[in-house]
Amino acid sequence: MKLDLKKTKLRKVNETLQSIDPKKNNKNYTILNPDGNHAICVGLTDDIDINIKGHVGYYCGGMNQNANITIEGNVGTGVAENMMSGKIHVKGNASQSAGATAHGGFLIIDGDASSRCGISMKGIDIVVKGSVGHMSAFMAQSGNLIVCGNAGEALGDSLYEADIYIKGKVKSLGADCIEKKMNNRHLKKLDKLLKKANLNKLKSKDFKRYGSARKLYNFNIDNVLNY
Amino acid sequence: MKKNKTFPRQSWTFDEYTNTEIRRAAETGIYDIRGGGSKRRLPHFDDLLFLGASISRYPLEGYREKCTTNVTLGTRYAKKPLELEIPITIAGMSFGALSASAKEALGRGASIAGTSTTTGDGGMTPEERGQSKHLVYQLLPSRYGMNPNDLRKADAIEVVIGQGAKPGGGGMLLGQKISDRVAEMRTLPKGVDQRSACRHPDWTGPDDLKIKILELREITKWKVPIFVKIAGARPYYDTALAIKAGADVVVLDGMQGGTAATQEVFIENVGQPTLGCIRPAVDALQDLDMHRKVQLIISGGVRNGADVAKALALGADAVSIGSAAMIAIGDNDPKWEKDYNKLGTTAGAYDDWHEGNDPAGISTQDPKLMKRLDPIKAGKKLSNYLKVMTLEAQTLARACGKNSVHNLEPEDLCALTVEAAAMARVPLSGTNWIPGINSK
Repeated sequence: MKLDLKKTKLRKVNETLQSIDPKKNNKNYTILNPDGNHAICVGLTDDIDINIKGHVGYYCGGMNQNANITIEGNVGTGVAENMMSGKIHVKGNASQSAGATAHGGFLIIDGDASSRCGISMKGIDIVVKGSVGHMSAFMAQSGNLIVCGNAGEALGDSLYEADIYIKGKVKSLGADCIEKKMNNRHLKKLDKLLKKANLNKLKSKDFKRYGSARKLYNFNIDNVLNY
Repeated sequence: MKKNKTFPRQSWTFDEYTNTEIRRAAETGIYDIRGGGSKRRLPHFDDLLFLGASISRYPLEGYREKCTTNVTLGTRYAKKPLELEIPITIAGMSFGALSASAKEALGRGASIAGTSTTTGDGGMTPEERGQSKHLVYQLLPSRYGMNPNDLRKADAIEVVIGQGAKPGGGGMLLGQKISDRVAEMRTLPKGVDQRSACRHPDWTGPDDLKIKILELREITKWKVPIFVKIAGARPYYDTALAIKAGADVVVLDGMQGGTAATQEVFIENVGQPTLGCIRPAVDALQDLDMHRKVQLIISGGVRNGADVAKALALGADAVSIGSAAMIAIGDNDPKWEKDYNKLGTTAGAYDDWHEGNDPAGISTQDPKLMKRLDPIKAGKKLSNYLKVMTLEAQTLARACGKNSVHNLEPEDLCALTVEAAAMARVPLSGTNWIPGINSK
């Protein structure tokens, strides 16, 4: 089914995708002329496939549950923000706060992601095939951020229990973020996620793992300069 | 020669409280963290008086003539605005900061009284949703427990930008209160000190906020109102920007508004008193021709029906209470005095809510202490209190000749101090002088 944002209002497009009739068994949707519109495909709950033909604005796929969304273009701020489940695949680049606070699901960005990628992530898996900007994984709580390129300044600042895997260079680490040892469990998990992102040629052993030093978990005045 | 004895002179600057704070800081190496709002003497609603009826205005009969109190919140865009029977709502307080039974009590009390209660940093609990007829779901910077399923269950959504106790600051929930359930809801390891973010992770200014609100409306199919909660920092500009961003309701929290925990230095030194925030916010609404179209909820130190009536008279559509609701359900009750003494404090002054040792079983996650609070009885107390406040506000409105509490106006008030006259823009008692407005 084709939904043309030039002819149909955003509310109607989202309403259609938010109210799937299981009897009609239509699982494939194409959105035409997104033209940078905001809040496309937000609050979806059904296991459907959506292909967006072009660039989108802020919060595409926000709070997604179950849907499989592909964006054939670039995305604005907060793609997949607070996603719970499902999959979002960005074929271009992503602006800031990609996957912010997301609890679950899988986000793939073929290009680069700007600053704060994975900020406050709470369980999502993110694979960025390019590089990420500064403050990525800031206050990240859970989940995995995999970056095949480089990471900007203050990576993983104040993070909790999320894992970060970087193949390229890291400009600097944020407060309480350290490089950690990769054991078999991490290598296996990373291989699985790379495979899931169709990155079969990349090897987990070429990545470095970063996580929390857990020194700032409980306040200590002697750490005051780290805060 | 005999020396004249003089009374030992204490310093005004270095008073006993200041000295104990210096000693405590020197001893512990940490700043004071506490709950509640500002404790310092601030210009407040007490500094205003109603004039009452006279020859020029006639009063309404106290217990006979109708004086309405209902209010509709979210008339601007929402398909289903919030219809409340009284203009007093319960402010956001988190599960985590409060026990589950305390949250349940707030829901029960609010529902009996015909008003709304609000979630907090940490998500929506089934107890709270189940017992709340009208539940406002907060979208906070941390997004702890943020869940689209809960979002769709809410009767309104409140985008929290600031809190009166800590404008520009994030929340704190120290490790001792991160129980298994709290940790699970917040996706955090048990026992860590949780520092909530002070700014939202996916938007930064009013233009972004407008898009964020669009997203929330799209997810909830434009059904429920979107509130924007701001701290009493720059009330004119913040209210104007919230309106521009598309808020249905602006919630404005002055510095007497409480918090579960933050630094004392923050609580006492950042923000503006509630009284000083109302008129600038109303100015913004009026300048944009949005007064009464976008509703204004005022919070921060509202304690009784007189405070409610005064806030409404200055232009608010409703008020919100947090600390007062906690007291109503049993916080700082003198019946736990011995326990307060053991904690080194006394009933009425207990504010170490972050430590999780609340003898009243409210700001704690300790199962033993939590059992002290019966949510049904506590809920009934809250509803009684809300009804008394409403009756008090009606009494004052009738005395001013109003058949609705919403018809109260600044002309019904005078001020006891020059400061209050300037902030509330009502005449100083015995004069026609409104500082900053006229020179009479």
